[in-house]
Amino acid sequence: MKKFLSGDEAFAEGIRLAKPAIISAYPITPQTIVVERLSEMVESGSLASEFIHVESEHSALSCAMGASAAGVRAFTATSSQGLLYMAECLYYASGGRFPIVMMNANRSTALPWNIYGDQRDSISQLDSGWIQAYAENAQESLDLALMSYYIAEKTATPFMVNLDGFILTHTYEEVNIPDEEQADKFLPKFETDNKLDLENSKNMAFSAGPDYNYIFKFKEHQEMLNAVSVIAESEKKFAEIFGRKYSGLTENYKTEDAEFILITIGSITGLCRETADKLRAEGKKVGVVRLRYLRPFPTAELVESVKNAKAVGVLEKDISFGSEGTVFTNVNSALHGAELQVPSYNFIGGLGGRNISRSDIENIFSEIENGAERVNFIGIEVK
Amino acid sequence: MSVTAKNLCRDEFFYGHKACAGCGGSLAVRNALKVLGKNAVAVLPAGCMSAVGFNFPQLCFANNAIISTFAGTASMLTGIEAGFRARGIKDFTAVGFAGDGGTADIGIQALSGAIDRDDNIIYICYDNEAYMNTGIQKSGLTPFGAKTTTTPTGKNIHGNIRPKKNMFEIVAAHDIPYAATATVGYMTDFLNKVEKASKIKGTKYIHVIAPCPTGWGIPVSDTIDSAREIVDCGLWYLAEYENGKFTLNHDPKEFTSVSDYLKKQSRFRHLTDEDIQMIIQSRDAKWEKIRRDWRK
Amino acid sequence: MKPYLREKTSFSFAEVPSDTSFEAGYLVSKNAGWRSIRPIIDMEKCVGCMQCYLYCPDGVISIENNKAVIDYDFCKGCGICKKICKPNAIEMEAERK
Repeated sequence: MKKFLSGDEAFAEGIRLAKPAIISAYPITPQTIVVERLSEMVESGSLASEFIHVESEHSALSCAMGASAAGVRAFTATSSQGLLYMAECLYYASGGRFPIVMMNANRSTALPWNIYGDQRDSISQLDSGWIQAYAENAQESLDLALMSYYIAEKTATPFMVNLDGFILTHTYEEVNIPDEEQADKFLPKFETDNKLDLENSKNMAFSAGPDYNYIFKFKEHQEMLNAVSVIAESEKKFAEIFGRKYSGLTENYKTEDAEFILITIGSITGLCRETADKLRAEGKKVGVVRLRYLRPFPTAELVESVKNAKAVGVLEKDISFGSEGTVFTNVNSALHGAELQVPSYNFIGGLGGRNISRSDIENIFSEIENGAERVNFIGIEVK
Repeated sequence: MSVTAKNLCRDEFFYGHKACAGCGGSLAVRNALKVLGKNAVAVLPAGCMSAVGFNFPQLCFANNAIISTFAGTASMLTGIEAGFRARGIKDFTAVGFAGDGGTADIGIQALSGAIDRDDNIIYICYDNEAYMNTGIQKSGLTPFGAKTTTTPTGKNIHGNIRPKKNMFEIVAAHDIPYAATATVGYMTDFLNKVEKASKIKGTKYIHVIAPCPTGWGIPVSDTIDSAREIVDCGLWYLAEYENGKFTLNHDPKEFTSVSDYLKKQSRFRHLTDEDIQMIIQSRDAKWEKIRRDWRK
Repeated sequence: MKPYLREKTSFSFAEVPSDTSFEAGYLVSKNAGWRSIRPIIDMEKCVGCMQCYLYCPDGVISIENNKAVIDYDFCKGCGICKKICKPNAIEMEAERK
């Protein structure tokens, strides 16, 4: 069935099909539409979940962990300050290996207060042990809602799906909604031993001292790395059932012969591709790599995509104060690990929702080609 | 039938833990679980009882038990209760055991949320009147005058300058189905309140005084004596809130000496006669209200 | 039913669980070493009133044949049992080292 939906609404449709037993969420702009739609679905009976009206984001995720520890599928959603408020629980959920799915509407972090989209909220939590995917459009949002449970549950790792605030969460597109039968065929019922069980009592979420702690952490890391193959497996099955194909941790656009490549995240990518087409028409060999996932980080995929490039740029709506864009750091680490001697430039843009225009992107491609500062802030002339 | 030592379940669910000798909190947890039985699903936040009971591979609960975040006792209970129901499980009790700091300070928001939703859980606050696990720091339930490592005593300040938060009445103000106060000193009173709570649907809250010999500065053998004296001298009371009404369970004809109760504990040893007079006055004011407004 | 001591007390890399979930009531160490004094029950005086059992923070006292029995593996020697015992059937004795 096709419908005209916003990113938030499309995601809610995906969650309806994933059928979490428990939804615990607290409202925050621009996530609210997701929880409103889910509440309506629960009311109408199209979703047989229990919607729990928690009093904070900390409780939203704490409650979801309780549900997951009770052995059922759980969902929550948040944004920005809410994500930061629940930060303690992010680490708790990943350490406890609770495969919770959360939608995060990417939004700037205070101060100054700002409700518009940038990615500083989720990128600040890259170390929290959650798989992090970034959707580009409403269809991918819906599809990730379904795939995220498949991947989270197979890797016992919580999964955060990020949608650019307003630009994606509130923008309407035509979306193909799978039917329930197809969704059930794709997503198996949630089964886990990592649960409280009256027949087989457990002590859970325990302490582990120096003798054992590092082993738990190593296993957590290994499983996150293993998610790479589970993501591939889920996309193969997804394509078989729904006919839509996804390309793993990255999505390449005209990179095969590209000399200058822009690396992007999320909804800005469409404009970057259009700009690349325009420049191609002018004879420039440019391409775009979209990072669909930031955790696990697409190290191998990225290296493969840019290995023949003359220079690369990283466009991100994020800054790690006193350093550089965190995605840029991650990209450089991947390039360094592969001994690729390709120059790289960082373009910080879109903070607090500032528009990134077509001419900004043309400039970025030009600077990648002609050289720029290592770290560049779009809209700020500092030389 | 009321709970007695004789008919109390013989199983031990909290055993082999590393709590200090004479720990009142561990006694509250141990016996409450004996009332609730093997289908109790316990949530304990970061704090003394989780620190002493869950150190892999030494795991001291025979029933299902899990540590929550410090602030998340009630919210995790909510999730577990809803999750078990979603699995179609009916015969279980979701019970939380949080200390005074975990309840009255960092966990009060989540607790308030759970009561507001009327989630079907039992929340037991074992009150040892300070952050004991981290080394005796003042909490919102530390009584007036108590010396802690963050309310030291000197010429200017005689320990904690604020009275205990009134958790029992804060909880009751939510119009909770059932709330009660208790002490590990009068064990069968406490256990019968746990039993009563287990039969009531909705959110239940029990606030049990649980002396900490380490933090209170009493001999390890004196936990029960102190836990009785605090009621006998009127600095704590045994009461219930149910159907919108408060009931006083025990109305002492005559209080024992507040001074004697305080002087046995090194945390109060610095108090002057004036300090003690203030404590007595505030006790009397409280009891005047209790006797006037609550059912007996 | 109660947590009990297990033979297996250490775990290899492969045996450590991948999640923080493990069999309930799994004990690998005793608490006996904490004690400097131990309670001794005078079986003549013990009336089986169960008060020591009711008030033991560690739950180490059970009642068998109407008499109190102490699990010295886990008794910490706090002495609450002695103070609570009305018939004075419990004495605290120094541990011999």
